[in-house]
Amino acid sequence: MTNLVELKDLTFAHGSHRVYDGLSLDVPKGKMVAVMGPSGIGKTTLLRLIGGQLKPDSGSIKVAGEEVPQLKRDALYQLRKRMSMLFQSGALFTDMSVYENVAFPLREHTDLPEEIIRSVVLMKLEAVGLRGARHLMPSELSGGMARRAALARAIALDPDLILYDEPFAGQDPISMAVIVKLIKSLNESLGLTSIVVSHDVKEVLSIADYAYVIADKKVVGKGTPDELRNNDTAIIKQFLNGAPDGPVAFHYSDDDFTTDLLRGEG
Amino acid sequence: MIQFIQSVGRQVLDSLAGIGYALAMLMGAIIGKPQPAKSWPLFIKQMYVVGVLSMLIVIVSGLFIGMVLGLQGYTILVDYGAEQSLGPMVALSLLRELGPVVTGLLFAGRAGSALTAEIGLMKATEQLSSLEMMAVDPLRRVIAPRFWAGVVSMPLLALMFSAVGIYGGYLVGSGWLGVDEGAFWSVMQSAVDWQDDLLNGIIKSIVFAFVVTWIALYKGYRSVPTSAGISAATTSTVVTASLAILGLDFILTAIMFGG
Repeated sequence: MTNLVELKDLTFAHGSHRVYDGLSLDVPKGKMVAVMGPSGIGKTTLLRLIGGQLKPDSGSIKVAGEEVPQLKRDALYQLRKRMSMLFQSGALFTDMSVYENVAFPLREHTDLPEEIIRSVVLMKLEAVGLRGARHLMPSELSGGMARRAALARAIALDPDLILYDEPFAGQDPISMAVIVKLIKSLNESLGLTSIVVSHDVKEVLSIADYAYVIADKKVVGKGTPDELRNNDTAIIKQFLNGAPDGPVAFHYSDDDFTTDLLRGEG
Repeated sequence: MIQFIQSVGRQVLDSLAGIGYALAMLMGAIIGKPQPAKSWPLFIKQMYVVGVLSMLIVIVSGLFIGMVLGLQGYTILVDYGAEQSLGPMVALSLLRELGPVVTGLLFAGRAGSALTAEIGLMKATEQLSSLEMMAVDPLRRVIAPRFWAGVVSMPLLALMFSAVGIYGGYLVGSGWLGVDEGAFWSVMQSAVDWQDDLLNGIIKSIVFAFVVTWIALYKGYRSVPTSAGISAATTSTVVTASLAILGLDFILTAIMFGG
C-alpha cells in the first residue's frame, strides 16, 4: 500500500525548545491515522509541518510524493489545494455566513457558476447536518456546530487529505459522538486519507485504522488500536489509561521540592 | 555598562528586524499579478469600513477646529486691523498642516486601531492560518485590500476635513464676528497657491496614509495572538502611528516650506 504522507527523521525546534527529535511516521492512502500524545508535545506543530506552514530543521516530509519543505510557494499552494485542515477552533471566517464560508474555497479555486457552487455547498452542509444553519453567522453557532461547519468547508474541494487538529476537544458527549461518526463516515464515503491529532484516546481509537503515540519528542508506540491496547510499555499504558503520574511526569521539571522550599526565594 | 550596550544593541537589531518584516509583509501584499475581479469587491468593502465609517469623526472635528481657528484668528488679527486676512489664515493652517496631521491622528485612532485589532483577532482565531492552508495568501486577501483602502481614503478624508474646517472658519469669522464675506473668500483665493499649499497638503496626507495604514496592518499581523498581545498591539499602533505622523510632518514641512 502506498503512503500519502511520510515523515522521516524529523527534527524541529521552537527557538531553543526542541519539539521533535528523529520523528518518523507513515500515513497510508485511504486510511485514518491517529496521532496521540499528552498536551504540549507539539501535535498541532506536526500538522503545520505537514501543511508546510513550518519548516523542519532536518528530516523529510513527503506528501503525495512531494518533499514539502523544499516546495516553492506556487507548488506548495497547489499541493495545499489537495489537503484541508480542520482547526481546533474551527477558524471560520467571522465576517461571512456559514454558507459563504463553505463556498469560499470553491469561489477562490474554481470558476464554477453560482448555481453549481450552491449545489455543492448545500451537499456539503447536508453531509454535516447544517443545511438549515446556512444563513447563520459563525458567532451564532455552538462550538460543535462551528466545528461541523468548518468540516463542511474543509471537504468543499474534495481533498485527498484532511488534517484534524483535536476535533473532539471541548465537546459535549452528544456533539462528540456526532463528530466521531461524521469523521468516520466521511473518510469511508469520500475515500479520504485522514490524520487525526487528538488526546481523546477512546474516541480516536474507536475510528482510527492505525495510531501513533508521541511523547518525549518521538514516536513511542504505534500499531492498530487493538495492538496499542495490548501494548505493555509503561508510557503507553499510562497514556491510554490516563494515570496521572508515570513516565510522563505530572510535575513540570524543577529542583527537588524540599530544597526549593528551604531556599526561600522566588 | 556592557549590559546596557547589549540591550541597546538588541533593541536596534529587533527594530531593524521589525522593519524588515514590515517591508516583506508590504511587498508580499502589494506585489503580484493583479486580480481585479477578486480584489475590487474586497477593496470596496474596506473603503466603506476604513473610510466611510471614519467620515463622521473627521467632519465633526474639522468643523470645530475650523471654528476655533476662526475665533482665535479673529481675536489676534483684529488688534492689527488685519481681520480681512482671516480667510487665508484659516485656509493655510488647515490645508498645509491641520488637515493632514489631525486627520492622520484621528485616522490612526479610529481606523488604524480597528485594523490592528481585527487582524490580530483573525490571527488569534487561526483565520489567517486557515487561509494559508486553503492555499489563499492572507497577504493578498486580507492585508492588500485594507492597505489600499487606507491609502486611498485618508487623503480624501483630509480634504474633507480641510473643506469643512474652512467652512467652520467662515461661519464664525463672517457669520458671527462680522468679517466681510467677500473679503474672506477673495483674500483667501489670492493667498492660497494651488501647488504650494493644496498639493503639498495632499502629498503630506498621502504619506501619512501610507505610514499609518502600514503600521496598523503590520502591528496586527505580527501581534502576539492573545488578548494581552492584541491589546498591546492596538495601543502600539496608535502611539507609533501618531509619533510617526508628527515626526514626518516636521520633515515634510522642512522640505516643502523650509527652503
